[in-house]
Amino acid sequence: MIRRPRGPRRPHTEPDPYSFGSRPYDLVKEFVLALVAVVVLTLVLAAAFSSPDVKPMTVASWAKADPGDFAATAVAELDGSSDTAGYGPPYNTAADGQKLGPLALAKAAGVTHPIDSAEAFVLKPLAAIPQNPDVDAAVGAWKSASPDQRSGWTGAYADALTKAGGDPAKMPAGDYGPVPVLIAQLTRQAQSGALDGELLSEGGFYHSDYTLPLMFMADGSDLTAEAQSQHLTGTQWGMMNEAGDFPGQVWLAPFTFWYQISPYKTSGNGDALVWGTMAVVSGILLFLPLIPGLRSIPRYVPVYRLIWRQHYRSRARS
Amino acid sequence: MTIALAAPPATVPRPAFAPPVNLSGQGHYLHWGFVQVSVANVVVIAAIAVAFVVALFVPFPGSKGRDGR
Amino acid sequence: MTDQLVDTTARPEPLPEPEAGGWTGALRRRIFDTMPPERLLPDTQPSYVASWIYVFGVLSLTALLTVIATGTILALKGAAWWHVSGTGHFVNSLHLWSVELFMTFMSIHLIAKFFMAAWRGRRLMTWITGVVAFGCSAFTALTGYLVQQNFDAQWIAVQAKDGLNAIGVGAYFNTMDFGQMLIWHVALLPLVISVIVAWHILLVRRRGVVPPLPLPGTEAQRETEAQA
Repeated sequence: MIRRPRGPRRPHTEPDPYSFGSRPYDLVKEFVLALVAVVVLTLVLAAAFSSPDVKPMTVASWAKADPGDFAATAVAELDGSSDTAGYGPPYNTAADGQKLGPLALAKAAGVTHPIDSAEAFVLKPLAAIPQNPDVDAAVGAWKSASPDQRSGWTGAYADALTKAGGDPAKMPAGDYGPVPVLIAQLTRQAQSGALDGELLSEGGFYHSDYTLPLMFMADGSDLTAEAQSQHLTGTQWGMMNEAGDFPGQVWLAPFTFWYQISPYKTSGNGDALVWGTMAVVSGILLFLPLIPGLRSIPRYVPVYRLIWRQHYRSRARS
Repeated sequence: MTIALAAPPATVPRPAFAPPVNLSGQGHYLHWGFVQVSVANVVVIAAIAVAFVVALFVPFPGSKGRDGR
Repeated sequence: MTDQLVDTTARPEPLPEPEAGGWTGALRRRIFDTMPPERLLPDTQPSYVASWIYVFGVLSLTALLTVIATGTILALKGAAWWHVSGTGHFVNSLHLWSVELFMTFMSIHLIAKFFMAAWRGRRLMTWITGVVAFGCSAFTALTGYLVQQNFDAQWIAVQAKDGLNAIGVGAYFNTMDFGQMLIWHVALLPLVISVIVAWHILLVRRRGVVPPLPLPGTEAQRETEAQA
């Protein structure tokens, strides 16, 4: 079907696609052939390489493999010194969250998923099951203590645990108050698997939110250590990576690149700055046809001469 | 440029059937200044570049106006 | 009355007046004026479409359909199936590799369309819908990684949350909420991508394949130099 261009060409318009001639072409056959090729290629790749499936960490596996790290994390949740406790929005108001220049977007969004770290990670799980009298007494002692007393106990416990190389059994006697009993019982619940369930069911019988167990594990060291061994952490460009030798999310390269350079890698607002930068980059890509200079690059890079070389040759001949 | 091996994951994954090529062991990574890329990702990026160049240069049939396929 | 009965059902005929038919007639005219059948499914193509670089659009589309098909099979047996079944693990592998192919083909398609300046000739929305489709696909892939229910999903969830929390999005989009991420990944985002990709393809059909850039020094080049 040849269509003639209508009238004199206005500026900023292109010639009609069919004004250079046409040929018969089977679009549907092309689609079917492409579909067959892609399906076959997918089958070959899947059969040859399969896909990775590293088992998830659980609170139980963490507490069994590294009870010292579990205990140190639990104490940090109790005294509010953990990452979660000091995070800020959307979990609490302990901090203001990041800012993008003058925009305090995190603070503006507010606390939509409140977490009281001592309650969520320690006290509620302990209250979830019937306890021995000594554990009940320890909980009572904790609840009736003043904030200064509590921080004295937890500070002393955390220091002594560090000095004992992370092994609660090797801690010397000291003024730790009820903290050792609370932590020991929480550790037992964790190692038995009960804590995984208790953290999930704090939101009710039916819910699908894994925030509490994930934040708890992330507050410890073992989740990060495992990620480090799989080359998945930020400074390892891990955003793009996958376990083993599998390709990852290669398309995230422009995103993770910013995290490797200053000021993004050192700023307290690094995440917000990266998002702001990516918004600008995405805007440039989105509206590239409207940006003078950038939109002319294709005219100066002769890739188009290769793509349309048959067309240019036949035009030159005629 | 240096090549580094990562430690194998703590839980070595095994799919239900063993694939002919096991990508689940140690990962291989290339280091170049502050850039770190996995070999697998480099292969994907290279595939993009190669496919692009091949598509540009391989002659396309039907230049005389016959059926394009 | 019986002489009005007919043996076969006749196709309904439009009313003779050009503006008749109310909203239905107006919508019909709008659709078929914009997209007559021979434009929607042409059996010819411009003669300058003569390069293998042109196949990466349809390869991206067919890869996307493969992603959706394999994802649909995974949906049949639920999110945990692939951890306990060899067949399920194979279908998961199909889904993973079709995504890698999709993102690869789409990247080549994007680079090619850039070097062709394919936004020319009222094709700005074709370019924009393409870039939006790319961004939505990356976001959909993120939600896919988040619902794997393995270590990778755990790590990506706790890492991605920091970025999203920093800009306030995390207050409403919780990477650690498996239920939310699963429904976004399986229902909401595929719907959005399907709409954007359909729009993108209809725009390509409507405007036709972009003509070649004029060679420097030709009359056509001099006419369009004002664009730069």
